[in-house]
Amino acid sequence: MSNIPSELRYASTHEWVRPEGDGVFTVGISEHAQDLLGDMVFVELPDVGDKVSAGEDVAVAESVKAASDVYSPISGEIIEVNEALEDSPEQVNSDPYGDGWMFKIKADDPSEVDGLLDAEGYENSIDED
Amino acid sequence: MSNTTPLHAKHIEAGAKMVDFFGWDMPISYGSQIEEHHAVRQDAGMFDVSHMTIVDATGPQAKDYLRYLLANDVAKLQDKGKALYSGMLNEAGGVVDDLIVYHFDETNYRLVVNSATREKDMNWLREKAEGFDVTITERSEFAMIAVQGPNAKEKAATLFSDAQKEAVAGMKPFFGVQAEDLFIATTGYTGEAGYEIMVPKERAGQFWQGLLDAGVKPCGLGARDTLRLEAGMNLYGQDMDETVSPLAANMGWTITWEPAERDFVGRKALEQQREAGTDKLIGLVMTEKGVLRAGQKVRSGNGDGIITSGTFSPTLGHAIAMARVPAGVGETVEVEMRKKWVTVNVVKPSFVRNGKSVL
Repeated sequence: MSNIPSELRYASTHEWVRPEGDGVFTVGISEHAQDLLGDMVFVELPDVGDKVSAGEDVAVAESVKAASDVYSPISGEIIEVNEALEDSPEQVNSDPYGDGWMFKIKADDPSEVDGLLDAEGYENSIDED
Repeated sequence: MSNTTPLHAKHIEAGAKMVDFFGWDMPISYGSQIEEHHAVRQDAGMFDVSHMTIVDATGPQAKDYLRYLLANDVAKLQDKGKALYSGMLNEAGGVVDDLIVYHFDETNYRLVVNSATREKDMNWLREKAEGFDVTITERSEFAMIAVQGPNAKEKAATLFSDAQKEAVAGMKPFFGVQAEDLFIATTGYTGEAGYEIMVPKERAGQFWQGLLDAGVKPCGLGARDTLRLEAGMNLYGQDMDETVSPLAANMGWTITWEPAERDFVGRKALEQQREAGTDKLIGLVMTEKGVLRAGQKVRSGNGDGIITSGTFSPTLGHAIAMARVPAGVGETVEVEMRKKWVTVNVVKPSFVRNGKSVL
């Protein structure tokens, strides 16, 4: 069974969101998503300062198998990206909820996160796939 | 219900991720397919290839039959155990399948054909055997394990009896020998040294475990695909099929034209294709970020083409591909990747051999 930490929120498109305080949220892709994609070889990240909308494709996770868009789960501004993924994209595989994080976003409206799935809701959405 | 090989339980035991491969439940990887890839390039890895079809062609006219069936000429095989790679063509000059044939003597040959085309191939082999005094026998009592990599032979040999060690001593590439209960061949699909070993089904699990204990890493279909593509080896159904001429699939070297009076299936069509000219299968290299993938469109000054196989090359650290394009393209072509046209370099379709770049 896939690891789905209960303290995170999720988009049905397999991104996770972690509140860092001050309306800042860290975003990555779930363990289930990295498992589906397999060995990651490139991660294309957004630019710091980009204004993004919820549901917009902002990054690309490219594995040996396939290239997959990563969508911003919420609207806001990109304030930091995980530059370590440039040289070590495999961190997305080995530690999807930790060193494999992709970007941090300053939310326009932090309450938007409440509309995302909780761990149980995400697990149910995977089971339906 | 899908087919399973005698090693299926070993794959499940190892926690492999299983996928459907043309009706067979096969491991795609046991963890990281890139680590499996590197194991084969740097040490030793093994693949369950028991889903492949082993067929013996025996009888007084076995040689005549194969000289008619195959575009390559088994008459070139003089030494006992010597193997030959060939296309098996239809009358229109398309590739029904590609295969390896082992020669034991002029009345005794062994073929290894693809699993995805098993039924079609068996029907084809039997149909074309009409009028020849030859017997076609599927050898489904064997499992097959490919052990590949610079240390593969040494590690595999730890499981051999003295007689088997003696049988393979000094064996050159592309030979096979029956030694006691094992058929051991110096063939493979990775561009590395190693063996493909046919082992009786009931001993397969034990043999696999022995290789594991000898430090051979189990590898899945994912690594098999990146390894064969780096080595510039075609995958049937992807790089060529019944609608594609071997001349358009980098298989020209597998066609034996002489003697001109040898009639083989597809010869007439092939001669016309040679006369008229065909598309070519080329190699592509892209060192920028991104991965070339099958199905992407290719644009050149001479016309359009398509990528037939593409991947990230773990050995080279960038994307490689094979593409079918009009003849005579220059040093670069453009590939459509995620709605953008990217310029990539054209090379011979061979990228890595024996652990090293050949670019």
